[in-house]
Amino acid sequence: MSQATETDTDGSGVIQSVSGPVVTARDLDARMNDVVYVGDEGLMGEAIEIEGNLTTIQVYEETSGVGPGEPVVNTGEPLTVDLGPGILDAIYDGVQRPLDVLEEKMKSPFLDRGVDAPGISLEKQWEFKPTVSEGDTVEAGDVVGIVKETVSIDHKVMVPPNFEGGEVVAIEAGNFNVTETVVELGNGEEVTMRQEWPVRKARPAVEKKTPRTPLVSGQRILDGLFPIAKGGTAAIPGPFGSGKTVTQHQLAKYADADIIVYVGCGERGNEMTEVIEDFPELEDPKTGNPLMARTSLIANTSNMPVAARESCIYTGITIAEFYRDMGYDVALMADSTSRWAEAMREISSRLEEMPGEEGYPAYLSARLSQFYERAGYFENINGTEGSVSAIGAVSPPGGDFSEPVTQNTLRIVKTFWALDADLAERRHFPSINWNESYSLYREQLDPWFTENVTEDWAEIRQWAIDILDEESELQEIVQLVGKDALPEDQQLTLEVARYLREGYLQQNAFHPTDTFCPPEKTYLILTAARTFYDEAFKALDNGVPVEEIQAIESVPRINRIGVQEDYNEYVEELKDDITDDLRGLY
Amino acid sequence: MKEYQTITEISGPLVYAEVDEPIGYDEMVEIETDDGRTLRGQVLESSDGLVAIQVFEGTTGIDRKASVRFLGETLKLPVTEDLLGRVMDGSGQPIDDGPEIVPEERRNIIGAAINPYSREYPEEFIQTGVSAIDGMNTLVRGQKLPIFSASGLPHNDLALQIARQATVPEDDTDDEGSEFAVVFGAMGITAEEANEFMEDFERTGALERSVVFMNLADDPAVERTVTPRLALTTAEYLAFDKDYHVLVILTDMTNYCEALREIGAAREEVPGRRGYPGYMYTDLAQLYERAGRIEGRDGSVTQIPILTMPGDDDTHPIPDLTGYITEGQIYIDRNLNSQGVRPPINPLPSLSRLMDDGIGEGLTRGDHADVSDQMYAAYAEGEDLRDLVNIVGREALSERDNKYLDFAERFEDEFVQQGFDTDRSIEETLSIGWELLSDLPKAELNRIDEELIEEYYVEDETEDAAEVTAD
Ligand SMILES: Nc1ncnc2c1ncn2[C@@H]1O[C@H](COP(=O)(O)OP(=O)(O)O)[C@@H](O)[C@H]1O
Ligand SMILES: [Mg+2]
Repeated sequence: MSQATETDTDGSGVIQSVSGPVVTARDLDARMNDVVYVGDEGLMGEAIEIEGNLTTIQVYEETSGVGPGEPVVNTGEPLTVDLGPGILDAIYDGVQRPLDVLEEKMKSPFLDRGVDAPGISLEKQWEFKPTVSEGDTVEAGDVVGIVKETVSIDHKVMVPPNFEGGEVVAIEAGNFNVTETVVELGNGEEVTMRQEWPVRKARPAVEKKTPRTPLVSGQRILDGLFPIAKGGTAAIPGPFGSGKTVTQHQLAKYADADIIVYVGCGERGNEMTEVIEDFPELEDPKTGNPLMARTSLIANTSNMPVAARESCIYTGITIAEFYRDMGYDVALMADSTSRWAEAMREISSRLEEMPGEEGYPAYLSARLSQFYERAGYFENINGTEGSVSAIGAVSPPGGDFSEPVTQNTLRIVKTFWALDADLAERRHFPSINWNESYSLYREQLDPWFTENVTEDWAEIRQWAIDILDEESELQEIVQLVGKDALPEDQQLTLEVARYLREGYLQQNAFHPTDTFCPPEKTYLILTAARTFYDEAFKALDNGVPVEEIQAIESVPRINRIGVQEDYNEYVEELKDDITDDLRGLY
Repeated sequence: MKEYQTITEISGPLVYAEVDEPIGYDEMVEIETDDGRTLRGQVLESSDGLVAIQVFEGTTGIDRKASVRFLGETLKLPVTEDLLGRVMDGSGQPIDDGPEIVPEERRNIIGAAINPYSREYPEEFIQTGVSAIDGMNTLVRGQKLPIFSASGLPHNDLALQIARQATVPEDDTDDEGSEFAVVFGAMGITAEEANEFMEDFERTGALERSVVFMNLADDPAVERTVTPRLALTTAEYLAFDKDYHVLVILTDMTNYCEALREIGAAREEVPGRRGYPGYMYTDLAQLYERAGRIEGRDGSVTQIPILTMPGDDDTHPIPDLTGYITEGQIYIDRNLNSQGVRPPINPLPSLSRLMDDGIGEGLTRGDHADVSDQMYAAYAEGEDLRDLVNIVGREALSERDNKYLDFAERFEDEFVQQGFDTDRSIEETLSIGWELLSDLPKAELNRIDEELIEEYYVEDETEDAAEVTAD
C-alpha cells in the first residue's frame, strides 16, 4: 500500500469514464488481471490495463447507467474458477456463475446485474472416501480421496498443485461440504474438496505425450477419414448454416470421452437450451447413464456481456484441465472461437490499441495458440495420464476461410473439418468437404483401428479416398460434356462414388439410429461399397453394359445401411445380393 | 435537474458537452435549441467532466448555446396492453391521435438477456400457409427467422402473407387463453411501403391486435437504433407479462445497420468489415436474441426481421452477421421473381434451424422430415443439371437426369408457386410434395423411410404395367 494516496488508503478507486463494457478508474490499487467490483451495484470486472494512476477494467456485466464518481473495489485476486464436485451437470455463464442459481437469486428469467454466486455449492454435502491413510506421504497433485460426483464420474479429490505436500496427519471418511478440511498434512496444509485456480494460467503437468488413441465420435466421416486423437485439436470452420453446431453437439453426445466441457461462446440461447433439455434424457454411449452426468456447460450467449464471452473459453479449458488431472479423457467444444476473437477485438478497440489484421488485436494469434496448447495428452503431476481434446468452431465472415481467425487457427490445429455451404444447401450432411479437410493424426491412429476394429482399416479407407478423388476429377469433365459421354469404366466409378457419398459420407444427425455409427459399422458400409465396386467391374469386363449394372435392384440399399440397427446381417445379405445380381448378368 | 450550456463540439449525430456531475452511461438527455425545439438523445460515453451524446433526431439546428438536460435514467418505454391498436413514431410518441397512453409500467428498452437456463426450447409448429416455408423451412413459435431479400423484391408481401395466415393448427394443448398479436417496427422504409403495411393491417382487422412503431425514410436516422428496441420491449411485455403470442416484424434491418455505421463513423471508431462497427454482431444479437419462449410463461416472441442485401450479396456483413445469429433465413430470389413465382422463395439456401424439433408425428406429419429432405436433394440435383443442359442439350442426358430436370421445374411451378393469397394447409403442402416426388423412381427416394414410400408414393397408372408389377 506504499503508493496509495492519503485519500485512498484501502486501495479502492473511483470511476473516471464508462464506455460500454470498458471502464477506467483512477486511484485504484490493482495488479493486472485482478478482479474488481465496479460501481454502486458492484459489477464484476477485471483489470486489463494499467497506465499511471488509471486502471482500465473490462466489466462482465451490462454497464447502462453506471457513471463517473462511483467506487471501484479491488479483490486483489485474479479471475479464478472454483474447482471441485458439482461442476458436472452444471450450467455456467462465462465467469462460472451457475445460471440456475442466478435464476433463483434474481427471481426472474432475465439476467440482472450485480448478483454473484460461487461456481460450486459451498453447502452441499458430499460423501468423501479417503484413498490414503494417516502416515502416508502425499505430494502436490496426489489423489487423497474420492467423491461420487455423478452416477458416471468418480471425482478425485487432489492435493492442490501449489501445495508442498507431506505426511497425512488427519483424514476421515464422511460427509463434508467443499469448504471443510478433509485432509491435514504435517506441515499444516489443509486440503478441502475445493480448489481455486486462475483461469488464464494452465494447470501444471509433467509432460505432453504423442496421442495414439482416437476420440471416437460415432460420425463416419470423422472416424473414417479425418479422425481426431484423444488430446488432439480440431477446427470446424464454415459459414452460417453449414453444420458447425450440429457437429459440435454430435461430438458432445457421442464422443467416447469421459468428460465433456461444452462452451457456447457468443452463440444462440436456444442452442444451449436444447442441450439443457436433451442431455439429461440422452444416454451416454459409454456408460448408459444420462449424458448430463459427464457434461459441464458454459453458456455465454451472443447477447450476454462481451467481456464474459472473452473469459468463457478460459473458464472452460481450466475446468477441462482439472478433470484431466484426475486421469480422465476430457473433450472440450468451443462454439464459436470466432466470437471469442471478436470479443477480444471489441475490447481492444475500446482500449484504442493499435489494430492488427481486420481490426483484431495483434495478440490474436498468440491467444489462439495459448488456448489450443492447453489441449494435449498429458502425464499429470500425480503420475496419471489424462487428455484434453479441443475442438473449436470457427465462423468466418462471408464464409471466407482466408480471414485471420481461420488462418491463425489452421496454423495450430491438426485436424481440419472444412464445412461447405454448397453441400449444406443440397442437404448433404454432415457438410464436411472431403477434398479440403484433413487430419494429421490419421497415420498415428491407424494402429489403434487395426487392433480394435479391423486389419484392413487403412487399406479400405485409401480405396475410398482414391474413388472420391477420381470422382472430383471426372466431375470436371462431366460438367462440360455430360456423364454419358464418359467411357463405361469411368461411369461406373462415378456410380460407386455416388454410393460412397450418399451411403457413407452422409449421416443424418436427427435419425435415431443413423445419428451414432460405431467404427465397426463405418467399416462395414465401406465393405459393401467395395463389394459393389469389385463385382461391378468384373461384370463390366465380362461385357455387361454399364446401364444394366447401375440398374440392379440391390445396390441402392447401400444408402440404407446407416439407418439399420442390425447392420451386420443387413450388410452380409446385401453383399450377397449385390454379388448375385451382378453375376446373374453374365 | 441541472441545465448545461456547455456544448464543446457537434459532429454528425454526436454532441459533446462538459459536465460537473457524474452522468451514467446510456442515460437519456434532452437538448433544447434556440428556436425552442426539444431533441432527445442518449449518453454514449461518459467520463469525468465530458460526455458524448447521440442525438436521435439529428444535430441540425443545435448550436453551442443549446441547453442540455440529463434525465437521470436510461431510455424507458411506457408499456400497457392498451398499446394494442396504437401507432407510434420511431421514438415511441403516438402519431395516431388516439387517447393518451396510461402506462402500467415503464420499461428499460435495452432489455436484459434471457437466462439460457430459463428458456424453453421452441417446438410448436406455426402454419404460415406458404409451402416453401411450412414444407421446407418450418417456422416455430419463439423462432427468429429473417427474410433475406433485396431491393425491388416482394418481401413485404410475404411478410404480410405470413402475418395474415399464421396459425397454430389443432392447438388444443396448453394455452387456450393466449392470443395472437403483431408488433411492427419500421426503420427507414418509404411512406409508400408503410402505407402498404397499414392498409393491409386495416383491411384485415389486424390493426386492433397490432402495435406499430414507424420510423420512415425521412425520419431521423439515429432514431432507428431505438425503434427495434421499442418494438421488442413491447413484444416482451405482451408475451411474457400478458401471455400473447407475439409476431414481431422488423423492417428494414439494413437501414438499422446503416444508422449504426453512421454513429460509429462519427465517433471515429476503428471500423470493422466494410465500414460497419466491429461490435455489430453483438449489437444485432441483442435484438435478435429477444425472441423465444420462457419456461412457465404462456406467451412467445417470434421474430421475422426483413433485410435487403446490398448488391444481392449474402456475404455482406448485414445478412452475414444476421444469419450467424438467427435461427435460419428465408431467401427471396430475383430469378424466381422474374419467372413469376409467388412467393419467390428459393428453398436451397433457406434454412429453418428449429424445423427438426417442430415437425413430425403428432406435430405436423410423420413423413414431413423425409419428404423435405428428399425434395431438397432432388431440387438441388435438378438445379445442377440445368447448367449442363445449356451446354449439351437434354438428349445427351440420361433418363435419370431428365427426371430430375422435370422435378426441378415442377417444384418451382407447383410447390413454391402459390400466390400471395393462397393459404395451404400442411397436408396440402405435403401431398403436393408427394405428387412431385412420385415422378421419380422409388429407388431414388433414398432419404425416405421405406414404409412411408409404401404409404404415400403415388403410383402412376399410365406407366407400363409390366414395370409396376415388377416389384
Ligand atoms: N449431420 C447433420 N444431419 C442432419 N442435419 C444437419 C446436420 N448438420 C447440420 N444439419 C442441418 O443444418 C442446420 C444448420 O446446422 P448448424 O450446425 O446449426 O450450422 P452452423 O452452426 O454452422 O450455423 C441444422 O439446423 C440442421 O438442419
Ligand atoms: Mg452454429
